Formats: sequence, structure tokens, C-alpha cells
Amino acid sequence: MSDDKLVGIVLVSHSAEVAASVAELAKGLAGGGTAVPVAPAGGTEGGELGTSAELIAAAAASVDRGAGVAVLTDLGSAVLTVKALLAEGDELPAGTRLVDAPFVEGAVAAVVTASTGADLAAVEAAAAEAYTYRKV
Amino acid sequence: MLDADFFRRWMTATAASVDREAERLTALDSPIGDADHGSNLQRGFRAVAAALEKEAPDTPGAVLTLAGRQLISTVGGASGPLYGTLLRRTGKALGDAAEVSEEEFAGALRAGVDAVMALGGAAPGDKTMIDALVPAVDALGDGFAAAGSAAEEGALATTPLQARKGRASYLGERSIGHQDPGATSSALLIAGLREASGASGE
Repeated sequence: MSDDKLVGIVLVSHSAEVAASVAELAKGLAGGGTAVPVAPAGGTEGGELGTSAELIAAAAASVDRGAGVAVLTDLGSAVLTVKALLAEGDELPAGTRLVDAPFVEGAVAAVVTASTGADLAAVEAAAAEAYTYRKV
Repeated sequence: MLDADFFRRWMTATAASVDREAERLTALDSPIGDADHGSNLQRGFRAVAAALEKEAPDTPGAVLTLAGRQLISTVGGASGPLYGTLLRRTGKALGDAAEVSEEEFAGALRAGVDAVMALGGAAPGDKTMIDALVPAVDALGDGFAAAGSAAEEGALATTPLQARKGRASYLGERSIGHQDPGATSSALLIAGLREASGASGE
């Protein structure tokens, strides 16, 4: 399958390492060599803990293949920054959506679902459904 | 009437007071937050002042929209999108008029505060910036000095509250007894209005 119709995934964390590692984990669990574009946007531009609007916008642009972009976040300013960027209207690619999902489990569900060629709504639903995965 | 110059002065006055108070804001953020509120806002408002100087927007709405965008881009913490949304929504509500009345500004600022409440989900009494901003907007009809006093009182009144939003809320009852840093910086922002108007209280 060509990757030009795949939904892109952006993972926003306060920590660059967390965002990058969760991206690697999700891609790995989706099967090596998955064509799903996944980009981490972690920490501030200065490499500190925090959230960077610029890194988020760049990550979203880098994974946009025209099928929409699902953004997953950890908490606090990561959530608020994505919401503020979406409210702006022109900072993120058309069809970018903040997905309400647990960060790690949601990322895995989103990437695996996107790798099947599913559309943005299906990717969003799969990520959100990860909330229902009980461990005890 | 309030022109673009007034709003530029408001932003530079706020940048100066945030610079002056950055250490205190960070100190307030240490027991109940992550000790970065002062430095984050300082970075943000310095960027606002620099952008206003460079781009010289010529309407009140454009000044606040640019300032809001800068805060979202540069702060790095939750106060960036929150203050950014406040200023940007206020700016958008002012439209592209060259001058606005104080009544129009009060209405626009209320729209901005409403947008902050929608974004962060905070209501009055949650020990957040809203506890300074809502009383300030309510008092704005009586002038900038009255709004400044109301914001300051609102910030002081957050001390006995238990935080229900943001990182401080994880502390539960241990958040009681500390003045909220966000409400404190909001009082600085509102105090800047009086400074911008030439301290006449108008």
C-alpha cells in the first residue's frame, strides 16, 4: 500500500524522550516497517520539559499525507497548546484532530489502526477505546 | 477611546512588571507548581514586546492577536496557551477598528476570559488565573484602577482555596495556604491597563 493515504500521528509529551520512545514503541508494535507517518513533539525547543507550539506544528506538517492527522498528548500544557493551535485555524494542517486517549496505549492503537489504511475517525475511535482496556 | 498605541503600552507595561516580578511568580509556583511560572511568562512577554516592536500592528485587535500568538509559541508551559488564548480572543473580538471604546474593550476582554475558561475548564473558585480575571472584568466598567484592585484582591483571595485545576490540584488540601501564581500574574496583566492609560485611573 502506498503511504499517501495514511493518517499521520503526532505524539506530544512534556518530555522529548517520552514522545520519541512512545513513537518508537507504537511503530514497533505495529510491525516493523510500517508506513504510518509518526512524529514525536516532545519538550521545548530548548530541550527542556514543556511544550512547544513550533515543534507540534512542524511534527503535524511532517506527517500530513492528506488523510488527516491524529494528535495524542500527555497532559496539562500539551493538551492546552494543541487546543489553542486548533482554535487558531491555520497553524496545523487541515484535518488535524486532538484525540482523547491514554498516551501510550492510545498511540499503539492509533498507529496499528492507521497502518491498516483506516480513516481518521477510525484511528480516533481506536485510540479513544484504549481507555477501556482494563489491567486488573 | 483606546488606540493601538494604548494596547502596545499595555503589553510593554505587562512585560516590564513580569520581568520585575518573575522571581516572585516562580517562588509562588515552587510549593504548588513546577517552579517555572515566572521564567516562562518572562520569556513569553519579552517575545511579545519584541514582536510588537518589529511588526508594529496598527489596530488594537492586531496588537492583542499578535501578542497572544507569541505567548502560545514561546512560553512552553500551560500559561502560554491560556494567556495566548485570552489575548487572541480579546483581540479577535475587537475586530479591525482603529480605536475602541472602554465598553467595547470590556466586552472583548470578557469574551477572552470566557475562552480561557472553555480551554482550561476552570471556573471561579478553582484557584486559577480566572479568580483574578473574572472580578477584574466585572469591575472594568468602573475604570482601570478599579479593575486592577479587583484583580489584586482576587489573587490574594486564592490563598485559602484548594486547587481544582492544573498541577496544583494533585496536591489536594496541601494546595491550601498558597497564593496562586496564575492569579498573581493575571493581576499584573490587569494592573498594566492603568499604567498604559497614564495612571489616571481611566
